[in-house]
Amino acid sequence: MKFSEEKLNKVKEIVARYPEGKHKSALIPLLHMAQDENGGWLSTEAMDYVAELLQLLPIEVYEVATFYSMYNLKPVGKYIFEVCRTGPCMVNGSDDIIEYIKSKLGINEGETTADGLFTLKPAECLGACGYAPMMQLGSTYREHLTKEKVDAIIEECRRNAAINN
Amino acid sequence: MAIKLLLENDKVEGIRYYDAYRKHGGYRSVEKAFKMTPDEIVEEVKKSGLRGRGGAGFPTGMKWSFLAKPEGVPRHLVCNADESEPGTFKDRYLMEFIPHLLIEGLIVSSFALGSNATYIYIRGEYAWIVDILEQAIQEAKNFGWLGKNILGTGFDCEIYVQRGAGAYICGEETALIESLEGKRGNPRIKPPFPAIQGLWMRPTVVNNVETLAAVVPIINMGGEEYAKIGVGRSTGTKLLSACGNINKPGVYEIDMTISVEEFIFSDEYCGGIPKGKRLKACIPGGSSVPILPANLLLKTAKGETRLMNYESLSDGGFATGSMMGSGGFEVLDEDQCVVRHTMSLARFYNHESCGQCSPCREGTGWMYKILKNLEYGKGKMSDIDLLWDIQRKIEGNTICPLGDAAAWPVAAAIRHFRDEFEWHVLNPDESQKRNYGLAHYADPIHVPA
Repeated sequence: MKFSEEKLNKVKEIVARYPEGKHKSALIPLLHMAQDENGGWLSTEAMDYVAELLQLLPIEVYEVATFYSMYNLKPVGKYIFEVCRTGPCMVNGSDDIIEYIKSKLGINEGETTADGLFTLKPAECLGACGYAPMMQLGSTYREHLTKEKVDAIIEECRRNAAINN
Repeated sequence: MAIKLLLENDKVEGIRYYDAYRKHGGYRSVEKAFKMTPDEIVEEVKKSGLRGRGGAGFPTGMKWSFLAKPEGVPRHLVCNADESEPGTFKDRYLMEFIPHLLIEGLIVSSFALGSNATYIYIRGEYAWIVDILEQAIQEAKNFGWLGKNILGTGFDCEIYVQRGAGAYICGEETALIESLEGKRGNPRIKPPFPAIQGLWMRPTVVNNVETLAAVVPIINMGGEEYAKIGVGRSTGTKLLSACGNINKPGVYEIDMTISVEEFIFSDEYCGGIPKGKRLKACIPGGSSVPILPANLLLKTAKGETRLMNYESLSDGGFATGSMMGSGGFEVLDEDQCVVRHTMSLARFYNHESCGQCSPCREGTGWMYKILKNLEYGKGKMSDIDLLWDIQRKIEGNTICPLGDAAAWPVAAAIRHFRDEFEWHVLNPDESQKRNYGLAHYADPIHVPA
């Protein structure tokens, strides 16, 4: 995995946000970029590439990548359903939504469908408590979930995947 | 009619963008602030009585006055937008719909504190809000409110948005600083406080989004006028994010004089509880604060009306009171199971513990495990005392307040709903069936007049 010229310019722009010599601050933003570039997860190769870009030791990158829940350290599906299950979502039926997704897609928590399209990743509070139950899908929130809405989201993802192939 | 200082124009069309925001009085506080000295601005914030809106409620002006100013060392303002306390989504609302209010507050505050490079650290999941903020920053820059020599004052300021990557602990200010430095979000031992050695060991102030937005009306109206709103040491307005079993979940601005009962049942705010269900309990200030049963929620132990402000919500201490916290207000109706709800919060804190301190790393896991056993009908009576014992040994024994935040919900649940825990032990089959219907718990149920 390598960044394009355009991405490398973005890296420069990010590093310039911090004082001279404090480029390690760019690590978290760069790991987001690397994950996007690498099909939604951080391989050792991707992490080593970021380490090289920022002139850090690989271990400095691994210890950060393993700390934050948004970094995936193994391959994931094209669409990750991150369903919140903390208190406020729970009292509004998030458990039922998770069960429904499991049965509909035939996967358990943390698993990916055989076609590589969907991963179910239960999440803790995502700050959408008033619009529960909800899930994060890519960089968007899908709120006020019902079984019908879940069906529609799955269909939408399948359609998008078919168009992109 | 309630006083609105932050959300006055939130429904105005196009308020997300510069033109509409400016037309409705936006950036006036910057013009005013630039005619003042930085110390005068700090003085106004002190006079306003503004308390940190992130949860701790520490006086903002005092926090600002602690900032060290050694010669030749740059200082930084960091905006804490890592909103992650379950039940809290007010900062998200503010940033998503009125981003310029935050940018305006940041410019004034950066000028007051002498920060030429100010950072907004936003939780990674709010990815689309990063774009909204960056657009607002660009607009502000285009119109000369940011950049070099702003409005000819000689003051330079840049605002950068930094995305986190999923860690509740990064809402703790020293963990946030570590994360902003590109490290794991492990809280630092204090002292030194960030005001002396913060970001890159430079003097730093970390303030919540709502706190920094509140600087705008404070400068516009003056600290003294701002302090006249509210009661006692709860001055100004507060954003509340209401959720759980209510008819109208959402973000509301209150002036801290209204009662809890009015907030829950009036149509102006939460609009009561769906399907005519009765009120069982409430977590009034984000998941870390003690849960209160309905009787103690609406009236204090002394029988006084409980108000939505710092003093009244904490009246009675933890024995019979709670906290204003972050303003994440979660209502539970009569069908909700306190054991199950507490289990979900215990799982949250276990997931979010950074692992640095053993009482929190191990204790949160033990609490989750025991609560899971109780909820799924595998608990013993002695587990309840064991839970109590564990939470007591976490509280106060960790570097940062996450330990306390994990302990308090468990303690309060046992304190006020012990019989519900016992019911789970005595009725293992029913608790396994996820029978939330614990209407046997008659005492705290409130029926509105």
